Amino acid sequence: MSKFSLVTKGFIKDNPTFVLVLGMCPTLATTTSAINGMSMGLATAFVLILSNMAISAVAGLIPDKVRIPSYIVIIATFVTLLQLLMQAFLPGIYQTLGLFIPLIVVNCIVLGRAEAFANKNSIFDSALDGLGIGLGFTVSLTIIGIVREVLGNGSIFGWKFIPGDGILIFVLAPGAFMVLAYLMVAFRKIFAKKL
Amino acid sequence: MEYILIIISAVFVNNILLSQFLGICPFLGVSGKVSTAAGMSGAVTFVITLATLVTYLLQYYVLVPLGVEYLQTIAFILVIAALVQMVEIVLKKVSPSLYSALGIFLPLITTNCAVLGVALTVVTKEFTFGAESHMLNLGQSIVYALATSAGFALAMVLFAGLREALALNNVPKLFKGVPIALLTASILAMAFMGFSGLV
Repeated sequence: MSKFSLVTKGFIKDNPTFVLVLGMCPTLATTTSAINGMSMGLATAFVLILSNMAISAVAGLIPDKVRIPSYIVIIATFVTLLQLLMQAFLPGIYQTLGLFIPLIVVNCIVLGRAEAFANKNSIFDSALDGLGIGLGFTVSLTIIGIVREVLGNGSIFGWKFIPGDGILIFVLAPGAFMVLAYLMVAFRKIFAKKL
Repeated sequence: MEYILIIISAVFVNNILLSQFLGICPFLGVSGKVSTAAGMSGAVTFVITLATLVTYLLQYYVLVPLGVEYLQTIAFILVIAALVQMVEIVLKKVSPSLYSALGIFLPLITTNCAVLGVALTVVTKEFTFGAESHMLNLGQSIVYALATSAGFALAMVLFAGLREALALNNVPKLFKGVPIALLTASILAMAFMGFSGLV
């Protein structure tokens, strides 16, 4: 597989949200607006790239039986790092995303990539894989965020272009499920030949 | 009174699956049949309650006195992973029938965000009771964990029932699988919105 396709496969063929259906909790919970969805995606991508690299580097040293707990500790370390960095430099976004930043530890995407890719590939390839899947996740979350924000609030990235109140339900829980369902169907329809 | 508020809020108003979006993976993954959904709920109830008890004690008797609250995430996930492993070993010895009933679900629970989510919520979030708000004490935390698990079980079994009925229907090809499940969940979440404002 070429280096380029390592990065691009996360967008369509191995899209973590619409194809693999992984990491649903943050996908549904944090996409109330485009900016929140994008921040969550980037936060996950940050952890994913670093944990992929670290796990790829130490994979040979970890006995097979304790590999999952070891991976979780490595991932948790980077999540703690991210928490401290966000508290220091982006306190507003950290407050909004709240619980879902520490919960990156149990995001199936991160552990999934460690197990499926990072522990048997080079550090550089693992970084590219993390970048690709991370950006694919970010783009998906941003799209869901945009749709929910436009319908629910009449704005996009905070820029209000439809006056008046939006359709409130799209910002609430049922809207999250509904928007994700229809976007998944649209994704299947559009990329039917490539999947 | 506070206990009743905690229970109603955790089971109906802020349902862990349909309003907080924690533990969506088992919600979509093992909700094909009512019996497996009930089994998963049982395992989750057990682990959430035990994990909340242990992490609560860990937070207030180890992390806070030592001034290392920033290690919360790492410490909690380690405790949960170890706990799940231990529960598995103990159950295998003590109650093989329960073990085989929960069997496949137990290892999955480590990466169920509901467990870590509840453990973190209990030690980081202030709860509002009428006019005042404060952190939960140990008893309230356990009740919160139990009520949250009950909410999990309720949503899970209802959803599995709907999906069992749905399996007999003709679903358009593009909607098969996850999308139709998400639409069903959306309608269920709307029903649960009727409870908002109750507490």
